[in-house]
Amino acid sequence: MKPAVFDYSAPESIAEALGLLAEHGSGAKVLAGGQSLVPMLNFRLARPAHLIDINGVDSLSYISANGALRIGSMTRLTALGESGDVAGAHPIIPAAVAQIGHRAIRNRGTIGGSLAHNDPAAELPAVLMALDAEVTARSADGERVVGMQDLIEDRLFDTTLDDTELLTEIRIPAAAASSSFGFQEFARRHGDFALAGVAAVITTDGSTITHAALGAFGGTHATRLPTAEAALVGAETGDAAFAAAGAGAAADFPSTSDVHGTAEYRSHLINVLTVRALNDAAGHTGGGNG
Amino acid sequence: MAENMSVVLNVNGSGRSVSVEPRKTLADAIREDLGLTGTHLGCEHGVCGACTILLDGEVVRSCLMLAVQADGAEITTIEGIADGDALHPMQSAFSEYHGLQCGFCTPGMILAGIDVVSRNPDPSPQEIREEMGGNICRCTGYQKIVESVQAAAAAMSAEGGSA
Repeated sequence: MKPAVFDYSAPESIAEALGLLAEHGSGAKVLAGGQSLVPMLNFRLARPAHLIDINGVDSLSYISANGALRIGSMTRLTALGESGDVAGAHPIIPAAVAQIGHRAIRNRGTIGGSLAHNDPAAELPAVLMALDAEVTARSADGERVVGMQDLIEDRLFDTTLDDTELLTEIRIPAAAASSSFGFQEFARRHGDFALAGVAAVITTDGSTITHAALGAFGGTHATRLPTAEAALVGAETGDAAFAAAGAGAAADFPSTSDVHGTAEYRSHLINVLTVRALNDAAGHTGGGNG
Repeated sequence: MAENMSVVLNVNGSGRSVSVEPRKTLADAIREDLGLTGTHLGCEHGVCGACTILLDGEVVRSCLMLAVQADGAEITTIEGIADGDALHPMQSAFSEYHGLQCGFCTPGMILAGIDVVSRNPDPSPQEIREEMGGNICRCTGYQKIVESVQAAAAAMSAEGGSA
C-alpha cells in the first residue's frame, strides 16, 4: 500500500466540506484533482490523518462569464482550457493550460488545486496574478476575498489560506478592450515542469503602453515583476522598452538553482522569455534577443 | 487502520464490487482486487504513464486516484479494448509496426493512443509526440510508436472512427 493510513470523507456539499475542515483543521488535507497530492501521499511526503475528498461537491465546478469571469475551484483543467467563455475573456488562460502536464493530468487536475498547492513551477498562480484575479476562501465561520498576490505572498507549496478554509472560487476582472497577452515558458520536454516562464498582459493606447502586468514562475515562488512593469508603462511598444522590461524581469525574479539549471541560467531565461512574451503581446513576430 | 469501503468498479463493461481501504490507489485495486494486471505500474507518481486507463471515457493516471473515488465510474483497461479475439486497431498497429519491445509501457501507450485518435482522427507525428509526451518508453526511441498510432488512426478512420 503506497499512502499511509488516513480517514476518508467525501462530502457532497460545500457546507459539509467546511464542517469537516472545522472539525479536523491542520490534520486534514483537501483532495481536489489529486495530481500533486496523490504523488505526495504515494511517497508518504504527505501523511494527513484525514483526507477530505471534494470531487463529489458538484457546486464547485462551473464557469460563469457574466461580467467578471467566475470559475469554481473544482473546474478541471481540460474544461478550463476548452471553455469558449474563458478563451473569449482571457485567451492567455487556454494558452497556459495547454502547457500544464499532459492530457491525463489535465483531465483530473483543477484550477483551485493548482492555486492551493502552489507549486512554484506551476503556470496558473503566475497567470492569475497577471490577470489581477481574486479567490474566495470559505470556512465554517464565513468567507473572505483574497487577491492572488496576498494568497501566494512569497510562499511555495503553501498559501495564506487557513487550515479551516476552502478555496471555492476564482474571479477574474474583465480585460480592457485593447489588452493583449504573451505567454512563454521553457521546459525540457512538452508537459514537464518549466524551468522558467512569464505571463504578460499589456494594454496599449495606440503604440503607448498604458498598463502592464507580468507574472513569473519557476523561481522560488510565483511573483509579479514590478520593475519590468514600471519599465513598460508609458513607453512605446518595441525593442527598447521590451529589452528594459527583460532586464527588469531578471532583476525581479526570485531565481533558484537546482539539478535542472542554475539561478543565473533561470534569470537569463526570464529575461529572454519576457522579451518574447512582450513581442507576442504586441503582435510582433520578432523573437527578441532569444 | 481505516475501515474498508465497498466500491463498485464498472470495468470493461461489467460491474465488480470490491472492498478496499480508502488509501488504496485505483491502479492497485485494478491489479490486486480485480486481477487485471495489464494495467502496469512504473513510477506510481504520475510521471511514466504506464498505468493510463480510461475513466468515463477520459484518459487518467490510475496511480493518481484512489479506488474509492472511482465508485460507480466506467473504467476501460487494456483488457477491455479488443473485440473478443479480434485486436483493437491500435493493438494491431502496435504489433504490425513494432510499436513495442519489452511491452511494459504498451498498455498505457495504447490507451493514450486511442484517446489521441478519438479527439484527432488524423494526427501528425508532431501532434502524436506532444499528446503522448506523458507516456515514457525506454526501449523504442518512440519512432515506431508514432508510426503505430498514425497507422491505427488511418485504420480507425477507414472503419468509421470506432474507438
